[in-house]
Amino acid sequence: MKSILVIGNGMVGYKFCEKFVAKEGAEKFKITVFGEEPRPAYDRVHLSSFFENGDAKALEMAPRSWYEEHNIELITNERVTDIHRATKTISTISDKTYTYDYLVLATGSSPFVPAIKGIEKKGVFVYRTIEDLEGMMAYADALKKRNPEAKAAVLGGGLLGLEAAKAVMDMGLEPHVVEFAPKLMPRQLDTRGSNVLKNKLETMGIHIHMSKATNKILGDDAITGMEFGEYDKINVEMLVVSAGIKPRDELAKTCDLAMGVRGGIVVNNKMQTNDESIFAIGEVALYNNMIYGLVAPGYEMADVAADQILGKTETLMAADIDMSTKLKLIGVDVASFGEPFMPVEKGYSILFENKTKDLYKRINVSHDGKKLLGGILIGDASDYNMFHQIYLNGLPIPEDAEELIIGSRGEGGKSFGSAMDIPDAAQVCSCESVTKGTICNSIKDGSCNNLADVIAKTKVTTGCGGCKPMVVDLVNETLKSLGKEVKETICEHFEYTRQELYGILKIKKVTTFNEALSTCGKGKGCETCKPLVASIFASLYNDTANKEAVIQDSNDKFLANIQRNGTYSVVPRIPGGEITPDKLIAIGLVGKKYDLYTKITGGQRIDLFGAQLNDLPAIWKELIDAGFESGHAYGKSLRTVKSCVGSSWCRYGMDESVGFAIDLENRYKGLRSPHKIKGGVSGCIRECAEARGKDFGVIAVDGGWNLYVGGNGGATPKHALLLAEQIDNATAIKYLDRFLMYYIRTAAPLMRTATWLEKLEGGIEQLKKIVIDDIFNIAEELEIEMQSLVDAYQCEWKEAIENEEVKSKFKHFVNSDESDDNLVFVPMRDQKMPKSWEN
Amino acid sequence: MEAILSQYETVALNDVKVWFKAAPVKDFPIDGGVCVKYKEKQIAVFNFQLNNAWYACQNVCPHKMEMVLSRGMIGDDKGMPKVACPMHKKTFSLETGENLNGDLDAIATYPVKIEDNFVYIGFSE
Ligand code: SRM
Ligand SMILES: Cc1cc2nc3c(=O)[nH]c(=O)nc-3n(C[C@H](O)[C@H](O)[C@H](O)COP(=O)(O)OP(=O)(O)OC[C@H]3O[C@@H](n4cnc5c(N)ncnc54)[C@H](O)[C@@H]3O)c2cc1C
Ligand code: SF4
Ligand code: FES
Repeated sequence: MKSILVIGNGMVGYKFCEKFVAKEGAEKFKITVFGEEPRPAYDRVHLSSFFENGDAKALEMAPRSWYEEHNIELITNERVTDIHRATKTISTISDKTYTYDYLVLATGSSPFVPAIKGIEKKGVFVYRTIEDLEGMMAYADALKKRNPEAKAAVLGGGLLGLEAAKAVMDMGLEPHVVEFAPKLMPRQLDTRGSNVLKNKLETMGIHIHMSKATNKILGDDAITGMEFGEYDKINVEMLVVSAGIKPRDELAKTCDLAMGVRGGIVVNNKMQTNDESIFAIGEVALYNNMIYGLVAPGYEMADVAADQILGKTETLMAADIDMSTKLKLIGVDVASFGEPFMPVEKGYSILFENKTKDLYKRINVSHDGKKLLGGILIGDASDYNMFHQIYLNGLPIPEDAEELIIGSRGEGGKSFGSAMDIPDAAQVCSCESVTKGTICNSIKDGSCNNLADVIAKTKVTTGCGGCKPMVVDLVNETLKSLGKEVKETICEHFEYTRQELYGILKIKKVTTFNEALSTCGKGKGCETCKPLVASIFASLYNDTANKEAVIQDSNDKFLANIQRNGTYSVVPRIPGGEITPDKLIAIGLVGKKYDLYTKITGGQRIDLFGAQLNDLPAIWKELIDAGFESGHAYGKSLRTVKSCVGSSWCRYGMDESVGFAIDLENRYKGLRSPHKIKGGVSGCIRECAEARGKDFGVIAVDGGWNLYVGGNGGATPKHALLLAEQIDNATAIKYLDRFLMYYIRTAAPLMRTATWLEKLEGGIEQLKKIVIDDIFNIAEELEIEMQSLVDAYQCEWKEAIENEEVKSKFKHFVNSDESDDNLVFVPMRDQKMPKSWEN
Repeated sequence: MEAILSQYETVALNDVKVWFKAAPVKDFPIDGGVCVKYKEKQIAVFNFQLNNAWYACQNVCPHKMEMVLSRGMIGDDKGMPKVACPMHKKTFSLETGENLNGDLDAIATYPVKIEDNFVYIGFSE
């Protein structure tokens, strides 16, 4: 049996093992892997997700047991220190020696740290390993305790630097990016693109400093600032260096392997170094005089090296390596593909820029206008996958190439091309080398029936995940072409869409979950279908969440939002945001008595946080006695109808916006729906109530109200669209009844009105036909349904405190009246907050 | 944190030394859960009527160490009875304790018996 030693257990070293053992003939080799890091290889590309969940295990490429199962010896925490080519042996830091037939160097790279004076100070970090992140997180925590407004800088405005800046921001520090070049992501973006991106990042709260050469890191023991010029400096208390990478080629020096002038181990297209039995792959390999700082080329190198060792010598590394990338920075779309810049002799560029929307698109097209050579997308990269495929496969483009980025003329110009147009051989997932043909065939040959099957079989999307939207399209289109229905069924217990189930439960008059299971479901239910069925019952019968508490989502079950440390928040309804001083005092007294953290919410009311489960009924009793009702802040239901002060006080007011907001809020309070619903009423077009940012919005104009629907803030802000103009109060309510009821009937679970309206065929024009022209002849039915829900309303908190059985569930222990003694609060600005999560 | 977790270890039926009399059956919601206090421990107990079974496990969720599993929803994953944590919906098998939708450590489970309309939980100490 021959022996292969793999040095480096990073992404590429691991991928080599995975690919190798899956190949024919692998059983004739014994693989031993050495890793310097304490844990098995993990997904460095998604390193930043460690900030969100602190879950190192979730990043693992494969658990230790995988190596055992495949007869691979994994030795972690052990650095290889020397290679002895003459004896074909290596030795490690603990002085052990191993013999090889083949050696695979996958030592990756380390961050390049420029020699700036003071760079060794405390608080300066690099961004490469889980340990780096742990160090940063601990430091940032300590920093924030000393100075809640602490700032941190990232040195380098490249792909990784921007990702690090986002991470720093998520840690609660004010992020500053310092870039030497006059633009961001200098290798991928042009100046215009960089400016648009800079703008966008700044609105997100990331400060950008360009054309800055750092002279010195200031501070005694720990960093306190960075100096650029004599009078030019910034005060920062932490620094993340992200100024490029340096291949870890130190082992090549110990044994005289050929190296590049600026580092890296030279390899040919077989991934062989100048010693035939030594291969180098990944970020340490210098191929075509380049180091490729991306996983996809590394994975391809791993495949080539594995085949070469197994004697399949015809597998060679491609001459051209695709360096297209999409930034994963949540919150901004940035992508660059092919040739992002365009020398005039090769082709011409078409640019589109809209600064008000932080949008920039550039495509580069050959002189004859027939080929897409590359481009840059900022602000909206939804076309990236398609463009990338067009570029890679030389697919035809529209005669008028500008249509690619500005859509064809006229209303609703669609993006160009369908994923089904690309050739079968086209590589859709470059990380796992999966072609379009493989994906589509896995469905056509019957071995896969849905996306999850395809992912399990082909590993597509499991690398960087950038190809996911295209894979979803391919899977759905292929299923459709086979006449198979593509439907989003609820879960393993109900093979229906929400709309279908709504219809079934309504016609069969089903009223309990178990009845629903026995009528049209199977199994015992789960956390997906239970709350969904509960929500449908609420929409059909206006059942309160008390009726079948065990199928309610955790918040509905206890009629309050569960918060960190398992305490709850209390939000009484304050319709339209109008409140008397007496009621304010009542809330204040409750907050004081139960020691609750109080805050004015973004929805014009007051939230009291930190209530213990067993105190909830007493708190609500006092609030109800003072004239309050449940605010349903916990439910997928109407939240608030926000108002501006309107004509009663405001000098511009055209109508009484507060009064109308109160009417609307009282009409729809308690109304349960597929997702939460919010409303707004403004007294004039100055729009102080932000009505167009709500699921429904009413704005006073000359001659009545304008009614808007389908807006929201949140993760994907969207302005509501005009449904009707200059209508009176009664008409507005009539249209709203119809609109809301139709939405409740037909939307998918957890789909807000904006997304629902986007998916509704025909969009707002169709909605007008349904709601105003009543083309389906259902308007009356919708109004009756809504009226019966309105009539059935009752405050579920009142119900809860008056009914002993319901009340009895508000206890932490079933066999003791004590409260949870694990709760720990810490003081904050004269109030309190839960102790932070430590793990 | 580790200290909290180390208090909870799965007890097999054969290893039960103490049957702790927790509370009358009527105090346990059908197809729902509650929390039982036993010395320093918090145990989540589920009356899974659809499955004709009772289950008990640690109340602390290994994700963020919150004492909340008893407030979670129960159901099944391809037949395996499970509980979903109310915080971030991590799910755990009520039979083996294993985390079904992630790589968290398994939770500890405990035997339950019903006698004379009372619920008893089995402990090894
Ligand atoms: C308290 C409050 C923040 C504040 O201190 O101001 C808040 C707090 C929460 N918001 Fe919010 N949101 C609050 C106003 C908003 C607003 C502003 C507004 O209503 O004008 C928005 C953007 C507007 C919008 O919704 O379109 C907002 C967009 C969200 C979203 C994103 C929704 C989306 O469609 O993208 C979520 C997540 C979700 O619902 O899935 C969310 C979810 C949450 C949850 C429920 C998360 C959770 O489950 O713990 C928070 C509950 C806190 C609690 O215990 O009460 N909150 N949230 C505000 C309560 C308003 C109220 O009186 O009821
Ligand atoms: C935060 C971040 C985000 C990224 N995002 C992307 C992205 O979106 N897309 C993308 O394509 N790429 C991205 N990358 C780059 C990608 O992670 C690398 O290209 C990839 O990890 C390279 O794999 P590798 O195996 O060559 O090197 P590594 O993953 O660095 O592995 C090398 C391993 O070898 C070990 N080692 C080194 N020397 C020795 C020795 N002498 N003995 C024993 N062990 C040794 C090291 O400790 C290390 O564990 C990102 C990188 C980071 C840090
Ligand atoms: S929207 Fe109009 S009425 Fe309302 S406060 Fe602003 S200016 Fe006044
Ligand atoms: S605390 Fe249980 S899932 Fe997060």
